[in-house]
Amino acid sequence: MNWPILSVVTFLPLVGALFIMLVRGSDRVANGTARWVALWATLVTFAISLVMVWRFDPSIAEFQFVERHEWLGFASYHMGVDGISLPFVILTTALMPICILASWTAIQVRVKEYMIAFLVLETLMIGTFSALDLVLFYLFFEGGLIPMFLIIGIWGGPRRVYASFKFFLYTLAGSVLMLLAIMAMYWESGTTDIVVLLHHGFPVGLQKWAWVAFFASFAVKMPMWPVHTWLPDAHVEAPTAGSVILAAILLKMGGYGFLRFSLPMFPSASHDFAPFVFALSVVAIVYTSLVALMQEDMKKLIAYSSVAHMGFVTMGIFAATSQGVSGAVFQMISHGIVSGALFLCVGVIYDRLHTREIAAYGGLVNRMPLYAFVFMLFTMANVGLPGTSGFVGEFLTLIGTFRINTGVAFLATLGIILSACYALWLYRKVVFGALTKPSLMSIKDIGLREAVIFVPLVVLTILLGVAPKPVLDVSSASVAQLIDGYNHAIGTKTAALTAEQAAR
Amino acid sequence: MYQAIVFLPLLGAILAGLIALAGARARFPGEGPPAYVPGAGGHHSHHHGDNHAEAHHDPAQGHDDHGHHEPAAAGSRTAELITTTLLFISMILSWISFVQVGFDGHDVHVPIFTWMTAGDLKVDWALQVDTLTAVMLVVVTSVSAVVHLYSIGYMEEDPYRPRFFAYLSLFTFAMLMLVTSDNLVQLFFGWEGVGLASYLLIGFWYQKPEANAAAIKAFVVNRIGDFGFALGIFAVFMLTGSVDFGTVFNDAPSLVGKTLPLFGWQFDALTLTCLLLFMGAMGKSAQFLLHTWLPDAMEGPTPVSALIHAATMVTAGVFMVARLSPLFELAPHAQTFVIFIGATTCMFAATIGLVQNDIKRIIAYSTCSQLGYMFVAMGVGAYSVGMFHLFTHAFFKALLFLGAGSVIHAMHHEQDIRNMGGLKDRIPFTYAVMVVGTLALTGFPLTAGYFSKDAIIEAAFVSNNWMALYGYLCTTVAALLTSFYSWRLIFKTFHGEPHDPHHYREAHESPYVMLIPLAFLALGSIGAGFPFKDIFAGHGVEGFFRASLTFGKDNHILEEMHHVPLSIGVIPTIMMVIGFLIAWQFYIRRPDLPVELARTHDVLYRFLLNKWYFDEIYDAIFVRPVKRLGYLLWKGGDGWLIDGFGPDGVSARVIDVTRNVMRLQTGYLYHYAFAMLIGAAIFITWFMFSAGMR
Repeated sequence: MNWPILSVVTFLPLVGALFIMLVRGSDRVANGTARWVALWATLVTFAISLVMVWRFDPSIAEFQFVERHEWLGFASYHMGVDGISLPFVILTTALMPICILASWTAIQVRVKEYMIAFLVLETLMIGTFSALDLVLFYLFFEGGLIPMFLIIGIWGGPRRVYASFKFFLYTLAGSVLMLLAIMAMYWESGTTDIVVLLHHGFPVGLQKWAWVAFFASFAVKMPMWPVHTWLPDAHVEAPTAGSVILAAILLKMGGYGFLRFSLPMFPSASHDFAPFVFALSVVAIVYTSLVALMQEDMKKLIAYSSVAHMGFVTMGIFAATSQGVSGAVFQMISHGIVSGALFLCVGVIYDRLHTREIAAYGGLVNRMPLYAFVFMLFTMANVGLPGTSGFVGEFLTLIGTFRINTGVAFLATLGIILSACYALWLYRKVVFGALTKPSLMSIKDIGLREAVIFVPLVVLTILLGVAPKPVLDVSSASVAQLIDGYNHAIGTKTAALTAEQAAR
Repeated sequence: MYQAIVFLPLLGAILAGLIALAGARARFPGEGPPAYVPGAGGHHSHHHGDNHAEAHHDPAQGHDDHGHHEPAAAGSRTAELITTTLLFISMILSWISFVQVGFDGHDVHVPIFTWMTAGDLKVDWALQVDTLTAVMLVVVTSVSAVVHLYSIGYMEEDPYRPRFFAYLSLFTFAMLMLVTSDNLVQLFFGWEGVGLASYLLIGFWYQKPEANAAAIKAFVVNRIGDFGFALGIFAVFMLTGSVDFGTVFNDAPSLVGKTLPLFGWQFDALTLTCLLLFMGAMGKSAQFLLHTWLPDAMEGPTPVSALIHAATMVTAGVFMVARLSPLFELAPHAQTFVIFIGATTCMFAATIGLVQNDIKRIIAYSTCSQLGYMFVAMGVGAYSVGMFHLFTHAFFKALLFLGAGSVIHAMHHEQDIRNMGGLKDRIPFTYAVMVVGTLALTGFPLTAGYFSKDAIIEAAFVSNNWMALYGYLCTTVAALLTSFYSWRLIFKTFHGEPHDPHHYREAHESPYVMLIPLAFLALGSIGAGFPFKDIFAGHGVEGFFRASLTFGKDNHILEEMHHVPLSIGVIPTIMMVIGFLIAWQFYIRRPDLPVELARTHDVLYRFLLNKWYFDEIYDAIFVRPVKRLGYLLWKGGDGWLIDGFGPDGVSARVIDVTRNVMRLQTGYLYHYAFAMLIGAAIFITWFMFSAGMR
């Protein structure tokens, strides 16, 4: 059976979007149809993507489900996934139905357009993770901006214009540089095929500035300090599902980019710039955690905590040890689930009270016990409690980095203290305490639709915390190949260093 | 069988948790079919209206469910019975395994499954039961079982009992995972798991702001310790390439003399690693500098204090050092530090205990102080002796806490000993068991505490470590202080004139379900010493503990302890008697004396009453500066510096332009603007590409 499963997964949401475009009828009927079509499109996509998991062979480091067609002359339509990209594809397809459900009642205007935007976004995101051609990657990667930009700009909060401009300016600045680097790489190697480029071995001079150009784009997406300030604003203004996608998947494109391009294609530059990335990562972890402590808006607090958590990812990636990189991949997956879930938690009470102000809440546990339980679980996962998925990624990135640079790991570990401070403070202010505010007296606990959204996330958070091995195994072969290639490229200098450290 | 010991409490926790959630759900049903509110979430101008409507449409429900006379949650009794029964089964199995492992020598290792693998790192879930673990299993399950039973009576009026029992069982599970771990990471899992349970239980009465604050404080201070613990694990992995106890201990001797770089300095690898790991122990066991959370933790229900903050969780640090004895034996400087911290804590906490007035806080400081004793034993290398005190302490300290709970229960939640007095006639049984607990704590001859505590003092006396003299002095003086504050508590609570006649008349003895656990623990407080003396502190140590504890080849402390002169051996007992006599003089014969003393030494009294001002100092040097820094970074760093010079400068211009254009036209102008910008971007992109291709 040799059907192009990856293309089907990628473009099925787009087909769904086309269907929604065709929907006619009164607003109410059309809206209902649009919702159902979107839900089914995403669910079927998810189901098919699971077939991919089943047929994926984790012992092979190479790309699988590869499809290749000539296109545009210089570029080709080349798709495929390996152990690093598959988890992100699954994360995307798994979270999409949840996002559609989360928007079920919250979105009441322009429902059709909203659903179309989400489905188009899904195609672009899956495409980003499975493109094996630079031009194709660039189109998917930058194209993802547009629907997100519209989602914030049209369905966002009061300051949506400011937020979407900020988002746009930051990412545009990065992508222009990346485009230049892509062109330079094409001139140098004569191809845009990623598989070929992975083994090309660029000259050190080109590596340096191409690394910087890619870094500019990925660092903004990640986002790394100090180009992170678009994220809190974008999150605050975005509708709940927009925040979920933003935190859970769009941010991961940066980390994925580092793993797909920076580390394997520019190993020497990566090695030279690693101290720089470490510095930014540590600053991100400590600085944004401190800032998170002082936030008054729930979404901002979670947004800042996302920046801190992404600091662990960049640190782990550029530590370039197998624990660091595996941990970074896992941390991104886990953060996708946990931060997405936290934004959904905010969404639940935002739908009821239409404010994100922490001070407007308090004592919710008295009327919303089930919500309190769910929120507690994700708070603990955010804090990185062992037994939840949040722990595994943090632990692996830190233990991997400690081998390379003890000081960096030392400072980054401060993050586990600070995350406890802000996360528990948020929880206490919102959920614990006596219920005294009149506006909360009749608030209702989560309903069936919301429960359906949370159940898979709760299960995954615990399951990945207790038995993360399947996910780690999926990526292990590809990670091992990546690390081998990196170490080989760095040459004897690093090899000697590592050996010395291992011996010590 | 070993799986049953560990996982039965988890099963209980899950079942009770489900009952709690189901009950809560029945009380507060969720949202019905979604009501379509036009405009909600779309445009902000509608929000105020919605808000208003939702706030008022259901006034009847708003008032019926807060206040103190809520009905008990459905299934409370079922949850209690399930968790308590499972715990008792777990306890019986633990005692069986104690005999099998400790006396028959059948160590067990049960692999469960692989937790994670990454490169050369491999972490397993496994249960490892050797003698050290078996001792802990017995302590944990026994105390937990009686606390479960006791709680059925103590929490009778609480409407959220299923939740309470779920937390208790969850705690027990995490603690059991901690003690049965065969690697550092699973130990860390249990370590943080008990921290979570402790957080949940301290904050059990979540409507009380003090309880919430104490819960967060406990979690965060423990996290500071865990920061060190985590780094210690990283260091061990870096040095040995493994986190598995067997491999690590095997490689440990080869690490002597190695160095570990940190911030440009080269540290002795084993010393640094042990100090980092010990930092975790300091947090969990509330040692000097990281002790501030323990007294506040008394905000939780009293059975919790007995289980977690006296008998089990706080001893995890002691257990950890014992478990890692192969590492600590090779790091004498770290051992010196352990003695220093232990001795300081035992002295310092005892001084604070002298003047406190909250019955639970006195016992909490006493716990802190006794943990200090255990660490002194660990530091001098007398691991089994420290474990002995851990073992006996669990019985008499749990007894004292549960006894205090019985007093509080009798006094309708009065905790200030100044408002008590004369209670011995009203609650004679509680009085009797409290006296038993006090005798054991102060080391009255032939009680459990007598054997274990005196052994620690003797071990400190004979140790070769230069810090041990300090340890000896502190532990000896602390013996006097312990006796004084313990008897002060007894005299002020049970003797003298009643200070609050109303409460006094109302006072009543607790139900049997609470008294039986007290009786059980009282037996333990008397009987847990002598029969176990030989295997913990005598000649039987080697045969009993075997490979679970490592004594270095120069470590002959257990042998030397037996040759302590009699004059040294009786000093702790003399100290105990002096403390008793002073307390007698102060609180029975001349009750005006302490008041007088407090007045004449006002500064000292306040210093002690305010716990050496640790909370205030920490607030001034950590909490407030961190908050100020956070605010500064937010407004100054993000707001002014980055945004001001970065995107805002640019985007402000763009928005200005958009606004001006908007004045001319109406509608969704900005959408067109966005579309144009995007169009431009695509156009530029394409143009550059085609240019590049030519």
